[in-house]
Amino acid sequence: MRRTEVGAAALLVAGLAAAFGTASDGATAGAITGGSVLGLGVVVAWFVERRVRAWGYLERAEDLLVRRGLFVRRLSVVPYGRMQFVDVTAGPVERSFKLATVRMHTAAAASDARIPGLSRPEAERLRDQLASLGEAQASGL
Amino acid sequence: MTQREAEGELESGGWHRLHPLSLLVRTGRATIAVLLIVIPSLLAGGHDFFPLVFVAVAVVTSTVAWLVTRWRVTDGTLRIETGLFRRQSLRFPLQQIQAIDTVRPGLARLLGLAELRLRMAGERTSAGRLAYLPEREANELRARLLALSRGQEELTPEPAERTLATVPVGRLAGSIVLSSTGLSVGLGIGVLVTVLIVAPGLVAASVSGGAVIYIIGFGQALWQRFNSGYGLTLAEAPDGLRLRSGLVQTAAETIPRRRVQAVRLTEPLLWRPLGWVHLSLDIAGSQRRHGENRAESRKLRQILPVGTRRQAGEVLAQILPGAPAELSRAPRRALLKSPLRYHWAAWGHDEVLAVTTSGRVTKATDWVPLSKVQSLRWVQGPAQRRLALATIHLDTAGRNVHSAIRDRDVDEAGEILVGLTEVCRRARARERNDGAP
Repeated sequence: MRRTEVGAAALLVAGLAAAFGTASDGATAGAITGGSVLGLGVVVAWFVERRVRAWGYLERAEDLLVRRGLFVRRLSVVPYGRMQFVDVTAGPVERSFKLATVRMHTAAAASDARIPGLSRPEAERLRDQLASLGEAQASGL
Repeated sequence: MTQREAEGELESGGWHRLHPLSLLVRTGRATIAVLLIVIPSLLAGGHDFFPLVFVAVAVVTSTVAWLVTRWRVTDGTLRIETGLFRRQSLRFPLQQIQAIDTVRPGLARLLGLAELRLRMAGERTSAGRLAYLPEREANELRARLLALSRGQEELTPEPAERTLATVPVGRLAGSIVLSSTGLSVGLGIGVLVTVLIVAPGLVAASVSGGAVIYIIGFGQALWQRFNSGYGLTLAEAPDGLRLRSGLVQTAAETIPRRRVQAVRLTEPLLWRPLGWVHLSLDIAGSQRRHGENRAESRKLRQILPVGTRRQAGEVLAQILPGAPAELSRAPRRALLKSPLRYHWAAWGHDEVLAVTTSGRVTKATDWVPLSKVQSLRWVQGPAQRRLALATIHLDTAGRNVHSAIRDRDVDEAGEILVGLTEVCRRARARERNDGAP
């Protein structure tokens, strides 16, 4: 199982926010705001880090398992044959860290299997893999 | 036109137009409404011809729409071409039809016309509508399209059918009165009458003004339920389930049996002493479709708006033969997490079907063919984690039934997930081998 990599990104963003806080105001005020932002950032980063580490996927012979969530834990089993289409998206933030999100769609609206924060080559490999497996095992509605 | 000629024309696969009178049906309602407003004012000596311009515009646009719309059936697809400025050519592969409906609004019935609606999976913007065709032609075309969708000869006669259930008017009326909408209307009327008796006069008038609107709104909803359930006949034929109903606007639909994604049986609290149940089924499709109003699309296909338990059992045996009877209950500690739900939470499965029951006040039982399950989801909320419980959702392509095995022991849920994945795989493989698309 692979881990996603958004956690590191979140830490970086928190650090940047703290630095910005220090620079924009006076020395003492800047230190206080910067410190609190940094503290908050660390706490948020800790949550994000844990959330991200809970996110995982496993490719099996006939289906894909996607696990996510800490507070509400979910584990989806999506057979390849049920996949209607796969899309890979990368927003501006994701793009700047060379990451992408792979999302699988089945005919059921409720089965939302999403894997964020994959490296670009890994996302493309997964997409092609899913598409070819989906085609090989496709079944009707 | 004789029968022979009509058949020859259908066979040729050439382009057809819709019936000319469909203009009248399409613009009819709006025209009548406008005329009702205008004529009195004209009679009163007014010179307000402006609304008539709207009528003229409506007539012209629908005439143009009629002129540019044509359809044909070739190579197992239905093609509809329409549009003047923005040409649209729609193709409907008949192999993928989910269901075909014949809808006949009141005005169309008077003129002997009917509308055909093709239901495709996942269709969002361009529903296949042929409005309107002469009634007999619509019926023939429907039989033919259904035959094509099964991959049979084009002009196979429509197979004979066997009636499964009908709904008596009295029971339908009773069921609507005992529903939540019915009770609210009753309450509204009660309040209105009380106010009129206790405090007649200005206060009462203003209060009742508000209440009247409220009652009209609910009355409309009740009327819709009554109309859609009136004289409902459910019949079984080799090509699927046939549903026929309606008092003013009639609808007839045929649902191929292998398109059923889930079946739901509900037993509202107030119906339980009478032994009445409601049976509906879910087919694939998007949440809302062009050309349908909200109420129509949000509803499940009710195949038995109200029936006895025995009737429902017979129908179920026809649609989903061999449903497992044995259900296992959720563990007792689930009572802490969902005190109201616990009473009904249970599930069971065999090689073909999964059954889940749930609901707080209204008991709902869902049957899901395992070969239709799109994905399985194991979900555990914080409260469930503390109690070592988990819920498993069965996702299907249906619109409305969300079947879930609620509040099972964590270890058991894990086993269910693994076991069901395997059973679903086998069910899918079996369906593929049967050759059914």
